[in-house]
Amino acid sequence: MNGPRAFHRFSLRGLLLGVLPCWLAFCGGGLAWADELKVGSKRFTESYILGEIVAQTAARAGAAVTHRPGMGNTAVLFEALKAGGIDVYPDYTGTIARQLLRTEATDLETLNRGLSEFGLGVAAKLGFNNTYALALRETAAQRLGIAAISGLAGHAELRFGLGHEFMERNDGWPGLRELYALPQTPAGLDHGLAYEAIAAGQIDVMDIYSTDAKIGRYALRVLEDDKRYFPEYEAVLVYRLDVVQRFPQAWQAITGLQSRIDAQAMIAMNARAELDGVAFADIAAGFLGDSQARETGSGGFLGKLFGPDFWRLTGQHLLLVFGSLAAAVVVAIPLGIWAARSEAAGQVILSIVGVIQTIPALALLVFLIPLLGRIGTLPALVALFLYSLLPVVRNTHSGLTGIEPSLRESALALGLPGFARLWRIELPLAARTILAGIKTSAVINVGTATIAAFIGAGGYGERLVTGLALNDHALLLAGAIPAAALALLVQWSFDLSERRVVADGLRDVR
Amino acid sequence: MTGARVLAVENVSKSFDGHAVLQPMSHVFRVGQTTVVAGPSGCGKTTLLRLLLGLLQPDTGTVRLDAEELTVANAGRLRLRVGYVIQQGGLFPHLTARDNVSLMADYMGHPSDAVRARIGELAELVRMPAEMLARFPQSLSGGQRQRVALMRALMLDPPVLLMDEPLGALDPMIRFDLQQELKEIFARLNKTVVLVTHDMHEAAYLASEILLMRGGRVVQRGSLDALLDSPAEAFVTDFIRAQRADARLASQ
Repeated sequence: MNGPRAFHRFSLRGLLLGVLPCWLAFCGGGLAWADELKVGSKRFTESYILGEIVAQTAARAGAAVTHRPGMGNTAVLFEALKAGGIDVYPDYTGTIARQLLRTEATDLETLNRGLSEFGLGVAAKLGFNNTYALALRETAAQRLGIAAISGLAGHAELRFGLGHEFMERNDGWPGLRELYALPQTPAGLDHGLAYEAIAAGQIDVMDIYSTDAKIGRYALRVLEDDKRYFPEYEAVLVYRLDVVQRFPQAWQAITGLQSRIDAQAMIAMNARAELDGVAFADIAAGFLGDSQARETGSGGFLGKLFGPDFWRLTGQHLLLVFGSLAAAVVVAIPLGIWAARSEAAGQVILSIVGVIQTIPALALLVFLIPLLGRIGTLPALVALFLYSLLPVVRNTHSGLTGIEPSLRESALALGLPGFARLWRIELPLAARTILAGIKTSAVINVGTATIAAFIGAGGYGERLVTGLALNDHALLLAGAIPAAALALLVQWSFDLSERRVVADGLRDVR
Repeated sequence: MTGARVLAVENVSKSFDGHAVLQPMSHVFRVGQTTVVAGPSGCGKTTLLRLLLGLLQPDTGTVRLDAEELTVANAGRLRLRVGYVIQQGGLFPHLTARDNVSLMADYMGHPSDAVRARIGELAELVRMPAEMLARFPQSLSGGQRQRVALMRALMLDPPVLLMDEPLGALDPMIRFDLQQELKEIFARLNKTVVLVTHDMHEAAYLASEILLMRGGRVVQRGSLDALLDSPAEAFVTDFIRAQRADARLASQ
């Protein structure tokens, strides 16, 4: 028994073997979802730390908590909050006002009024303002007796080095200079280099965020914005209003964080993360007075590579890659067949899947979240499904149209009807090309799946996201290397399976 | 020539992009006769063959198989009664020789022992050793591939056999042997054969009637002797002489 029967047996079996476990895992994961308090955070150090503090506070009050760290951006978090994918996250009054509600007023009353129509609210001003500021070396500040920005007006000799974005924004340098009547002409400088420059005495004043990690280490003084030029960005918590009933004790503990973190404390915590490489969970525990040191993989590269989260991340990554791939294959092969049959349909189909390919991944994810009503695995699967289509559709199309015309004619001349021709002759002849397309999709998916971490779907991307925020190279590698290894493994298994799917007669038999 | 009308074309013509590839022509192919359609490349002989199979639709006229008109709708059914062999063989590389031959019979659900018996019969007919049938087409020689292609064409015992330069890709000695075998097979099975070739020797050897074509037009029809004795135009003599086929060949 060889030839067409063998092809059918193996390819159908292979498809089922691949798809079933993925969907079982997916359903199983969904079922294990009792009511947990879900804390979100953004993709930078301070947000991670605050998220951890909130999560641990709630956990100590007895609630079941999970922290979904490092979500893409404000838009993603907002959608997630509205959809119930998260229950609370730390943000800033200025961001909420300008980006979410499109108003100017940043007082809690106005914000609450605006958010209530979404079933959301703000609470618990944590106690610090993280806004744009100007900084001076502490030694220079003491010597010149400058504590506020208005004090700079009388020192035209001071050299300013400001970031390009700050210099160009309307609400940046131009307005500042006017309000404070500052005589200096600043040089444009990359923000990262500015720290080195100010420490070396090449510049005197730089722009910063008022809780930057390096403020303490570089001995800088943040100048007071006495004329209130920069808008207020007070740290607050944004939450779903139903959290109060769902987790009464936890909520009470969380609101107890009000005014407990001042700017100095935040700067110190940021510094521990970015400069000392301490894990966020440990920093939060330290802040809350937790003397138990948590065993996290903060020791060396190998510790991070094979940390306790390794199998969970691997499972999530595999689910993302193969769940989406299976669905894509089921849809893409018929589309490719259609495209091969009809030139007009073919042009439309290939154009559409081609255009989908060009949509930036994060944009697609943000679009999918409100559409699907949740964050996490489902929108990630849908996005990966869409990206998997093109290679398979295109290869199915070229595999079928590339069949020698004399062979296609022979099949016709035999009297085989259309579907039988497709199933017994054309698809087996195109099998190698189609499989190559599926392989391409799978390998690309392994890489693209790393963005799923931005919307809380896990996978190796989680390490990349954290590593990027912390500038932790070892953690970045601990995320990138397994992904690369998985890609190679996937490629290798496809090469092996080619032997089973592609008929004997089509391989080079000498 | 008398004999039942098996296959007929009535006033068929075909153009591509305004260029007339086949001018209106009619012909009747009778039972048991081997008609060879000969002529230089581009004369329309392959187009005629493809019209007979319904692989092309004629711009004018009709094609009839046993008096039934060939249309797009019934082409699939009528093709079961026509065997087709092409120059490259057209064997599917992902199937063994045996599976190639039995493809249609298997698809139509014929009982497997009947299929096996029939394959044995055909293998004997075309002198193909049975163990060769287990191979894939790439592992067979050109001559063996054509034998298998012939077996496949004959599998359902169709009354009509269409062949498009079936021996064109083979080397002279194999071609010689196969021509002889073909002639015997055609006679034994009493098939109605339409064979396309540009080789006048082959035409003379195999044909009961030759259709000589040029530029989409039938120039003359008849036996080789008739073509030599009373050529319809100078081209006829030139074409035959160009292949040094004007020495009279005794028909076997």
